[in-house]
Amino acid sequence: MSEVHKDYAGAKFGMWLFLFTELLLFGGLFILYGVYLHRYPEEFVKAGGELNVVFGAVNTLVLLTSSLAVAMSITALQKGNRRLTLVLLAVTIASALIFLVNKYFEWSAKIHHGLYPDSPHLKELAPGESVFFGLYYVTTGLHGLHVVIGGALLAWVFVQVRSGRVHAEDFVALENSGLYWHLVDLIWIFIFPLYYLIL
Amino acid sequence: MAETHLQATAPDRGFLTPREDYSGLFSWIFSTDHKRIGLLYFWSIVTFFLTGVTLGLLIRLELFLPGKTIVEAQTYNAMFTLHGVIMIFLFIIPGIPAAFGNLVLPIQIGAKDVAFPRLNLLSWWLYAIGAAMALGSLFSGGGAPDTGWTFYVPFSVQTTTNVSLAAFAVFILGFSSILTGLNFITTIHRMRAPGMSWGRLPLFIWSLYATAWVQVLATPILGITLALVLVERLLGTGLFDPTRGGDPIMFQHLFWIYSHPAVYIMVLPGMGVISDIIPVFARKPAFGYKAIAVSSIAIAAAGSLVWGHHMFTSGMSDMAVLVFSLLTFVVAIPSAVKVFNWVATLYKGSISLDPPLLFALSFILLFAIGGLTGLVLGAPATDVHVHDTHFVVGHFHYTMFGGTGMAFFAAMHYWLPKIYGRMYNKRIATIAWGLIFVGFNVLYLSMKVVGMQGMPRRYYDYIPEFTRLNQLATVGSWILGIGVFLMFFNLIRGTFRGQPVGDNPWGGATLEWTTSSPPPTENFEVDPVVTHGPYDFKAAGIL
Ligand code: HEM
Ligand SMILES: [Cu+2]
Repeated sequence: MSEVHKDYAGAKFGMWLFLFTELLLFGGLFILYGVYLHRYPEEFVKAGGELNVVFGAVNTLVLLTSSLAVAMSITALQKGNRRLTLVLLAVTIASALIFLVNKYFEWSAKIHHGLYPDSPHLKELAPGESVFFGLYYVTTGLHGLHVVIGGALLAWVFVQVRSGRVHAEDFVALENSGLYWHLVDLIWIFIFPLYYLIL
Repeated sequence: MAETHLQATAPDRGFLTPREDYSGLFSWIFSTDHKRIGLLYFWSIVTFFLTGVTLGLLIRLELFLPGKTIVEAQTYNAMFTLHGVIMIFLFIIPGIPAAFGNLVLPIQIGAKDVAFPRLNLLSWWLYAIGAAMALGSLFSGGGAPDTGWTFYVPFSVQTTTNVSLAAFAVFILGFSSILTGLNFITTIHRMRAPGMSWGRLPLFIWSLYATAWVQVLATPILGITLALVLVERLLGTGLFDPTRGGDPIMFQHLFWIYSHPAVYIMVLPGMGVISDIIPVFARKPAFGYKAIAVSSIAIAAAGSLVWGHHMFTSGMSDMAVLVFSLLTFVVAIPSAVKVFNWVATLYKGSISLDPPLLFALSFILLFAIGGLTGLVLGAPATDVHVHDTHFVVGHFHYTMFGGTGMAFFAAMHYWLPKIYGRMYNKRIATIAWGLIFVGFNVLYLSMKVVGMQGMPRRYYDYIPEFTRLNQLATVGSWILGIGVFLMFFNLIRGTFRGQPVGDNPWGGATLEWTTSSPPPTENFEVDPVVTHGPYDFKAAGIL
């Protein structure tokens, strides 16, 4: 195209729309959660008791910190402080990794106890508990996938900032990746109470 | 393509002119020009449509006689599944928005391109990948999927055929659809030319706008539903399995929460095409512009609340059945508003019966028949009788094929001369239209009647009493098939050999008719400023 023009408002508008579709994607799972909780309240409480609040709480803290870091990195870039931007982005990416490692340990422990989809142990439990764990794995798995994607996106932006292609006058790539990361955080803020706290 | 030969007869080939940056095919599949992407979509969609038609003809051939006619039962199951998947996900959903939306949306609002040209190219690539996977599911794994396009559990989780790949393919196609919708919404909000107020948007744009919202808001639900079928198959999570506390009815809810609104993704753009065509060929401003525009939004909104009418016989509370039935009837209102406005636009117009209008008129008639038989299905008492019979198959072919399919054909005959700068043979186009119209009604009316008599859908065999009507339907499918192939033959010949047409062969007043045919790469030589409404033929200097 002859003239390269950038429409920031348009780019952000598009990103918001996309985030909306992501929310709806998880919305389907939350609907199932609602219906099955309504149907099996006791089994859900029993199965939910198996989840370790410490793992969930640590991950919540990690994500909240990372959301703060990415928000600050945008301000830093706007002020032209590239070094600080890079440090803050590194913190965010590191948080994503910590989150995933933590999730790995959490899942390993569950699997070790024979609690995984299609496991013989689950088949012996009441149907409601089986459904609970099915939802637990699908929801946190899908969320984990989003953490991976968000982390990769931020790593890409990190490279762009370092090479100077994303800078104080042209930072919509960072802003949109930041928005994506906030979404990942936001969804977790729903998952955490639903699975770890209220049951 | 015989480039040199063509350049001799048509001096300016606009955006079709070969590019320097990439050569040949690559200048198309890596192009970010919305018109090139539109044509990529168009020709891939047409290819799949013809594949789907061929499968449809084979299905009908098998049903010519009771018992085995040409294939075994398992092959039959695979055939109607693939026919459904192709027609729904590769033809009718992307059809008008992705092909004609991409071709004309930016031109109609006076923009150089869509808001995100590279995302637009990505959408097409996703479409191509999804389509390749859907076809690949035929030849890999445990064989061609046999679930029907709805992938209903528990069968879709238990069958050993290659449902996983097919479901994943549809997931990718959904992603492509979302990106197109997102792109269009942003484009319409941000890229309108000076003077192109919301009140001056062509009605086609209004319909694409409403469609795009449905694409963005409904498709993610389909994504998660199919993802769940995938994990059920791969990991056995049991979310839809009653023995583990799951519920297959929940699958149906999730599936239809998407798939009923998807009906509007299919039909709204078609209505938009019709709303654009009728004023041009009646030489009159669209009657009730506002009502048509608003009814698009109303259909999109109300249509999102009626999914339960697919499940009257699946076991829902009586209250739920009542509410869903009522809401279903409500959607008929904005659709009827449109039909009345089209008819009012035609009333006392000076009508020229060119091919685009012929297809537009058959849209109105066939869609109305489809809509009315829809009410039979929307009322629980009658639905119980005809549920899952050929009556249903007749009904949705009337709405989807008779509706959106005809609108797609109308759009081809309306806009291709603009895009290629050449006109097809109008007499052959009219003959093809006649064959299609007659064949269509013979085929699907017979299917409705035999369905009413009790012939179930998705059945390989039937009792001898149904033979006569099935044979009639099959003969209808032959007439229809000949018409379809004649139509495409004529169009393809026209795009290569047809008479060059000027900028405005039909006398339209929307912006695309003010630029050259084919349009230049940047759409307009001079950036347009809009001074009148889309159907103000006087102000455009046409009347
Ligand atoms: C020449 C054209 C066509 C013919 C002869 C044809 C024929 C048929 C027949 C006989 C069936 C019923 C199979 C059964 O229930 O046993 C069927 C199913 C179906 N058709 Fe078509 N059709 C044609 C075009 C189309 C078009 C244009 C569309 C979409 C817009 C379409 C969408 C479908 C769908 C969604 C099904 C349901 C498949 C399923 O049950 O899973 N068809 N078609
Ligand atoms: Cu429906």
